[in-house]
Amino acid sequence: MLNTLLPILLFAALGLAVLGALRRVNMWRRGRAAKVDLLGGLLAMPKRYMVDLHHVVARDKYIANTHVATALGFVLSALLAILVHGFGLHNRILGYALLLASVLMFVGATFVYLRRRNPPARLSKGPWMRLPKSLMAFSVSFFLVTLPVAGILPADFGGWLLAALLGVGVLWGVSEMFFGMTWGGPMKHAFAGALHLAWHRRAERFGGGRSTGLKPLDLSDKSAPLGVEKPKDFTWNQLLGFDACVQCGKCEAACPAFAAGQPLNPKKLIQDMVVGLAGGTDAKFAGSPYPGKAIGEHSGNPHQPIVNGLVDAETLWSCTTCRACVEECPMMIEHVDAIVDMRRHLTLEKGATPNKGAEVLENLIATDNPGGFAPGGRMNWAADLNLPLLGDKKTTDVLFWVGDGAFDMRNQRTLRAFVKVLKAAKVDFAVLGLEERDSGDVARRLGDEATFQLLAARNIQTLAKYSFQRIVTCDPHSFHVLKNEYGAFDGHYRVQHHSTYMAELIDAGALNLGQHKGNSVTYHDPCYLGRYNGEYEAPRQVLRALGIEVKEMQRSGFRSRCCGGGGGAPITDIPGKQRIPDMRMEDIRETGAELVAVGCPQCTAMLEGVVEPRPLIKDIAELVADALLEEPAPAKTPNLREPAEVH
Amino acid sequence: MTTHVISLVSIGAHPTSGRPRRAEQDARAVELGLQLAGDNLQVLHAGDIAEPTLRAYLGMGLAQLHVLEQPAGADALPVLGDYLQDAGAQVVLTGSQAETGEGSGMLPFLLAEHLGWPLIVGLAQVESIDSGVAHVLQALPRGQRRRLKVRLPFVATVDNAGPKPRQSAYGPAQRGVLQEHDVQVVDDELFTGAVLQPAKPRPKRLKVIKAKSGADRMKAATAKASGGGGQVLKGLGPEAGAEAILKLLIEEGVVR
Ligand code: SF4
Ligand code: SF4
Repeated sequence: MLNTLLPILLFAALGLAVLGALRRVNMWRRGRAAKVDLLGGLLAMPKRYMVDLHHVVARDKYIANTHVATALGFVLSALLAILVHGFGLHNRILGYALLLASVLMFVGATFVYLRRRNPPARLSKGPWMRLPKSLMAFSVSFFLVTLPVAGILPADFGGWLLAALLGVGVLWGVSEMFFGMTWGGPMKHAFAGALHLAWHRRAERFGGGRSTGLKPLDLSDKSAPLGVEKPKDFTWNQLLGFDACVQCGKCEAACPAFAAGQPLNPKKLIQDMVVGLAGGTDAKFAGSPYPGKAIGEHSGNPHQPIVNGLVDAETLWSCTTCRACVEECPMMIEHVDAIVDMRRHLTLEKGATPNKGAEVLENLIATDNPGGFAPGGRMNWAADLNLPLLGDKKTTDVLFWVGDGAFDMRNQRTLRAFVKVLKAAKVDFAVLGLEERDSGDVARRLGDEATFQLLAARNIQTLAKYSFQRIVTCDPHSFHVLKNEYGAFDGHYRVQHHSTYMAELIDAGALNLGQHKGNSVTYHDPCYLGRYNGEYEAPRQVLRALGIEVKEMQRSGFRSRCCGGGGGAPITDIPGKQRIPDMRMEDIRETGAELVAVGCPQCTAMLEGVVEPRPLIKDIAELVADALLEEPAPAKTPNLREPAEVH
Repeated sequence: MTTHVISLVSIGAHPTSGRPRRAEQDARAVELGLQLAGDNLQVLHAGDIAEPTLRAYLGMGLAQLHVLEQPAGADALPVLGDYLQDAGAQVVLTGSQAETGEGSGMLPFLLAEHLGWPLIVGLAQVESIDSGVAHVLQALPRGQRRRLKVRLPFVATVDNAGPKPRQSAYGPAQRGVLQEHDVQVVDDELFTGAVLQPAKPRPKRLKVIKAKSGADRMKAATAKASGGGGQVLKGLGPEAGAEAILKLLIEEGVVR
């Protein structure tokens, strides 16, 4: 009897799965066009899955091994089951292979089950709690029905009752694994995830690459929407990417805004986008809500504006664009791109940048700096330093990009310290002086692509007038924008963060350094230097050269927690239960360090804003400048006086 | 029937960089107009249509902005006056003082005189408009408000007590239309014939601080200026009144 039932069940489930897949593909196709290498992507997909994705998953050994066993077991079982039970190829070897595969899958499923017995808060419950049981039902049922094929048991073992039970087990298994995969069950992640890897919007990320610069809006294309208003304004592969989410909550656990109790949870945001692309409400979401916002009150569909239907504006403005979520996401989903896309619509179409946003943007347009300071005062911090201007020199080795920190009294100390280092190393350098403008970082993260492009175009025009070997800056935000985001506007430069450059100077023996004296030190990785640009080593190398042994925080390197200062978050200032810099200061205190070395004017400002008593905050440039040894003064012939004779 | 509201706008200058921007008070006049008339608000500028800054007003969500084409240095008063009369405006809103050009703050007064309409200085809020009569709040120093009843049509100036202008957004700014109107150019002789020079900051009146404690200083900073030595003239004939004023002016050395 099973011999007739099994093929029917299998092919019915597969047929429904194909229908579901077509329906899902049509949902993605509601999105806008995207430039993707369709075939190349598909071919590259297995490698992306096994190397790049596994690389992220492998940070958690338990789940990595579990997933390998389950996924491999399932793929093999499914293929073999179709051959053996679908097409009736009752071959003993195939039978044994299928038995092995289902055992492998069962072992994986057991570990999934164990993880799910006491799931951490970041994991979604609901249908996800059912998944390990479905996996077991699938593997156990196919194991048992295959025993006769392998010749271990007679074909009619167990009688009618067992046959009926197995029929139900197979039905359960194939419903979840085949049918559920394309009709929105937990297994959707496998189907959407595979295609997402194939047609990812940042294919450069695979093979160890890095792609973090925001993608430009084509402002000359009047028919293109300015950012994303409705789910259908995303590109189709962004919609596909949202569908790939496995609701593992790694992003939620890493998100500083979520931890601070601001109304943002990156996992929920991605799930809300799934609701938006398929239509419906968020009532079925079985994970942590946006802090302070009840579940079940929001709904949407592809043709309805997202903000204030599906997602509240505060949620989008809570993000510091720290990229911790993207870094952690095993499905390599791009949360920050989605958030900035939606912000673009709010700023460019609605004029709804909250709090100080409008003022900052207006200042950037009228004064080229976010504070609205008189542009003529940009070089006041260096009035006594006699800095060479590139406008006079025309050509230089190092172009020192000062950044808007020039207007901030605290950051001026850092800038002056770095100038001292440059001078001590006898570097051939120059500054742009009054010709420099804001890099456009804040404008862009606030969604004002127009102002960003305006600033970028003017800066690129200025830079094109001169010749220099490299740009060095103390500001990771300018660094990132100049290095990764000006390229789309034909501004290609060699850009270095001052820590990288100082590490080079030290390596070359250009600096006469003493040792750092006194207090113990920890180091805070700025998001825009670390996660955005992969520079974790140079700052530590510089600190080592000063004789400092860094007392690492638990969250350091690529897991560093944001200071709260990125993405215009201090400007939009969405209230939460606590402040992000306070949480970071707690991380710092835990190390027992008395001083925290930083490499970013934003981090400096945010961390110094924490009430005392707290560890001292010093930029790496300041630490290096303090440790500089005066070169022995050229020996002057001492002016000996004739001893006067005293009688 | 909705009231026909027209807001007058000019090109402003950023206080620290001096670069063109939407003028702060004019933007408030537009904001007040939008709150009053919504999409029916008409916004009017007399000047150069090629000035890109005009789009900053369109970015507030206006479908169009009417421009009376004039070169720099032309007199805006007569063309504005004629236009407003013909357009059948009922409420004309404008900033108190331009940030560029002459910036004398005289335009609203001259315009009201030219049109023969009443003028409200420092309009903060329009409470209601009913059968040709408006109830409005006028801003007085120190956050005080005075409720006024005015018949339409009227001219009103908006200063920093007016509502904060909404953000100017790029999308609507690009899509909005600048509607050109040809007008007869009248030279502003007073302006073109004059020489501009940077203003000297107005000297501050010396304040003698007598306060001994912080509380006293606080009181001195927040209390109403009290003249003290003044006198109230009541029930006097115009001649007697004028004489009293003249006497005071001579005493103070204003008239010699
Ligand atoms: S970028 Fe940072 S703040 Fe924004 S959602 Fe991701 S983790 Fe949260
Ligand atoms: S977005 Fe990525 S990290 Fe977040 S829950 Fe989904 S799969 Fe996990």
